Amino acid sequence: MVSSKLAANQPDSFAFSDEAEEKITYWRKKYPTDKQRSAVIPMLWIAQKDHGGWIPEAAMRVIGDRLDMAYIRVMEVVTFYSMFNLAPVGKHLIQVCGTTPCMLRGSGDLIKICQSRIGSAGKVSDDGNFSWMEVECLGACVNAPMVQISNAEGDHYYEDLDEASMNTLLDELATGNAPMPGPRVARETSAPIGEAITLLDKTLYDGSRGKRLKSIPNAPAKASKAKPKTKKPAKETGK
Amino acid sequence: MSELRKVNIDGVEYEMPGHLTLMQACETAGAEIPRFCYHERLSVAGNCRMCLVEWEGAPKPMASCAMSLNDLRPNRDGSPANIRTNSATVKKAREGVMEFLLINHPLDCPICDQGGECDLQDQALGYGRSETRFEEDKRAVEEKNMGPLVKTNMTRCIQCTRCVRFISEVAGVEELGLINRGEGAEITTYLQANLTSELSGNVIDLCPVGALTSRPYAYNARSWELRKTESIDVMDAVGSAIRVDARGAEVMRILPRLNEDINEEWISDKTRFVWDGLKRQRLDKPFIRENGRLRGASWNEALMVIAERLKGDPSRIGAIAGDLADIESVKALKDLMESLGVRSMDCRQDGAAIGGQAREGYLFNSGIAGIDEADAILLIGVNPRVDAPIINARIRKAWLENNAEIGLIGAAVELTYPYTNLGNQPADLNELTSKRNPFVRAMAKAKKPMIIIGMDALTRTDGAQILRAAGLLAAKWKLVREDWNGFNVLHNAAGRVGALDVGFLPRQDGLNTRQMLDAAKKNDLDTLFLLGADEIELSEIDDTFVIYQGSHGDAGAHRADVILPGVAYTEKSTTYANTEGRWQQTRAAVGPKGEAKEDWKILRALSDNLGRVLPYDDIAALRASITAPKTSKFDPAKLGKAGKITNTALAPNPNSFWFSNPIARASETMSRCASSQSAQLEAAE
Repeated sequence: MVSSKLAANQPDSFAFSDEAEEKITYWRKKYPTDKQRSAVIPMLWIAQKDHGGWIPEAAMRVIGDRLDMAYIRVMEVVTFYSMFNLAPVGKHLIQVCGTTPCMLRGSGDLIKICQSRIGSAGKVSDDGNFSWMEVECLGACVNAPMVQISNAEGDHYYEDLDEASMNTLLDELATGNAPMPGPRVARETSAPIGEAITLLDKTLYDGSRGKRLKSIPNAPAKASKAKPKTKKPAKETGK
Repeated sequence: MSELRKVNIDGVEYEMPGHLTLMQACETAGAEIPRFCYHERLSVAGNCRMCLVEWEGAPKPMASCAMSLNDLRPNRDGSPANIRTNSATVKKAREGVMEFLLINHPLDCPICDQGGECDLQDQALGYGRSETRFEEDKRAVEEKNMGPLVKTNMTRCIQCTRCVRFISEVAGVEELGLINRGEGAEITTYLQANLTSELSGNVIDLCPVGALTSRPYAYNARSWELRKTESIDVMDAVGSAIRVDARGAEVMRILPRLNEDINEEWISDKTRFVWDGLKRQRLDKPFIRENGRLRGASWNEALMVIAERLKGDPSRIGAIAGDLADIESVKALKDLMESLGVRSMDCRQDGAAIGGQAREGYLFNSGIAGIDEADAILLIGVNPRVDAPIINARIRKAWLENNAEIGLIGAAVELTYPYTNLGNQPADLNELTSKRNPFVRAMAKAKKPMIIIGMDALTRTDGAQILRAAGLLAAKWKLVREDWNGFNVLHNAAGRVGALDVGFLPRQDGLNTRQMLDAAKKNDLDTLFLLGADEIELSEIDDTFVIYQGSHGDAGAHRADVILPGVAYTEKSTTYANTEGRWQQTRAAVGPKGEAKEDWKILRALSDNLGRVLPYDDIAALRASITAPKTSKFDPAKLGKAGKITNTALAPNPNSFWFSNPIARASETMSRCASSQSAQLEAAE
């Protein structure tokens, strides 16, 4: 878990950019006027994206004031979710999944690489390019082990990693390239590696296996009888 | 909602209202359910899991605090659901919960201030396993600053969140929160700011472990070595039920007692933490001023000097009773002064325009518990948060639970609930006629409307006129009915209502406080007797002989020519009437300091020296001589005086909440609170 402590060096004030304000207007419209506090997570996320990947203390106060929330309530939300960072992060924030499936598939190696190439978790590398943290399951277990990398491009999954591909990935990012997200082995998304080995029978897809239905399943026993029933109330109102 | 439901608890079938929680149902059935996070007066959190019970047939045990009888369904055969509170499953579940709670709880009970009165300690004994299986490292949490009153030992915290819920629900300031999650969860204020609530000390009582403890009391005593005395608080006019814990001759701490009609189970921070003021600046022997300097004297000497002065012209003698004077001593002083023929006496040292009319005219007639029923409340010249934090919490409760409309005429302040500001000129009272004003409509429509008028309005020179204006409004809105009296005066002095009940007011042609002080300035008054009166302007009085009787060396004693050492409220068993007019008795928890004596005894001895012996030899006889005040037919429209209200804004009481009486002014804790408050105000600006 990354430290929830506030960064020592904090900006004195915080203001959203015009672009961020547009996004805020969009998100706040989604919530009823008396439930505007629900917008706290979108606003925090926008603030984080707007401020180089982390939320300064002043931003919590700005959001608290704008949503009429006590500052401590905003802080509770910020510290609860690991997706919010309270201290500066590198240009590329690498979030290594360390939960059991990834751990069994070698996330420990990825963490070792991060430690040796970037430094200890939560620290920004000297060139300012990288920082990393271990996170809980990101829901891509079928492509374990994986990392999520947050940077100006967005938040993307890089999957099926091993020592070599992780090193290549970091090299590419360091040179300023934007590597393609997705698996690092020969597979499409979470499809099997290599050639497909199941569901190969072409008759599955050409319709030749289809059989004409004799009756519609679950249909009322006799559709014709249902009609007068629905008409009855109309008759009553006619009286 | 309250439809009866059948339920089988521990093999006995009961029929109970369906809205009861399983915990309440089990307790009604006589079963004891352990709990940490559940509290009757707070919302249900259900996060400690200690109250698990078994519902036969359910796959897992149930948190009984968070499940109602309505949530249960009958067994397959139609018989009522079986709840077990004493089965093997429940025992195992409790042991499991307890084991997990203790995993990260330090075993520092021998140095913990909660030791001996700790829920965790008691329940670990009752429901826990006899040994631990935990061999790993425990977590440690940094201590958090919460201000000068609440000391934290956050490693001991079990995350029940009672404190968070109390501060945001009852105290009404959202300052505490639970940050992080899982093993990293911690209770803190935002950036460790001080708590600003006047009720913050209650989190110490609510904390089931020793995570939040009293900072002034830290490491001073163990709970079992304290002598516990049930008494009444005098820091404000609420008359909260308290328990004074003493060791030897020292008061070590003050805790609340349950009284549903007054303070429920809360007390204000001033009530709770004022006790160090009882040990400082005490008057422990009589003093006589000679050549401008006070010197210690014997009782006889002091009483002789006073007797000599009081034998003078009674029209040039005055007596003022202070805010902390009890009914017995006021009665004794009144009898003594009357026997001397003195006409100038007054118990309203702030000059409040009350008394001398119907008794209801100076009482909180709805009762403090009555606030719970109110659905519209008009506050006039009062900041209940400062004058009576307990009552402010009740008003907040009325706002929360009854959706009460609240209006304020007075300086705009933060009251912990929303209100309509109807202006800060008392003359605005006369404007409250327009039916267009939504607040006026709410008042007129309300079933149980209330007016609460406070001392910021009544102590003005036009206080009587403001009282009349408020009374007229009360009559107009029919606040006084057979079944409801919505006209209320909120006092801020514990002794005031009692002294008014006894009738410590100027006789015919007598002077009131203001006139006495003016006369003293002009040397028209020879002798002034102050019974614990400190909140008056004495600096310009030169030649008047001032006698001060009281417990603390404060403003009155500073100016006095003779000092008679009295006792404080924890050292005497006397009667006080709270703002509702409820007569309650304090009990002596410790003995008097030094040569100090109980106040009525001093006056009785003085009467002996004067040759006008008061007709009572013990407190029982004195009490028997006090007749209960009469209640008359009450017409609010006749209160006060008709006349013009001056055109000045209502100013808030300049006295700080923390320094309202001599005991509080002697307290270091109160000073620390005041300076932390002003530092915080400065930082906010």
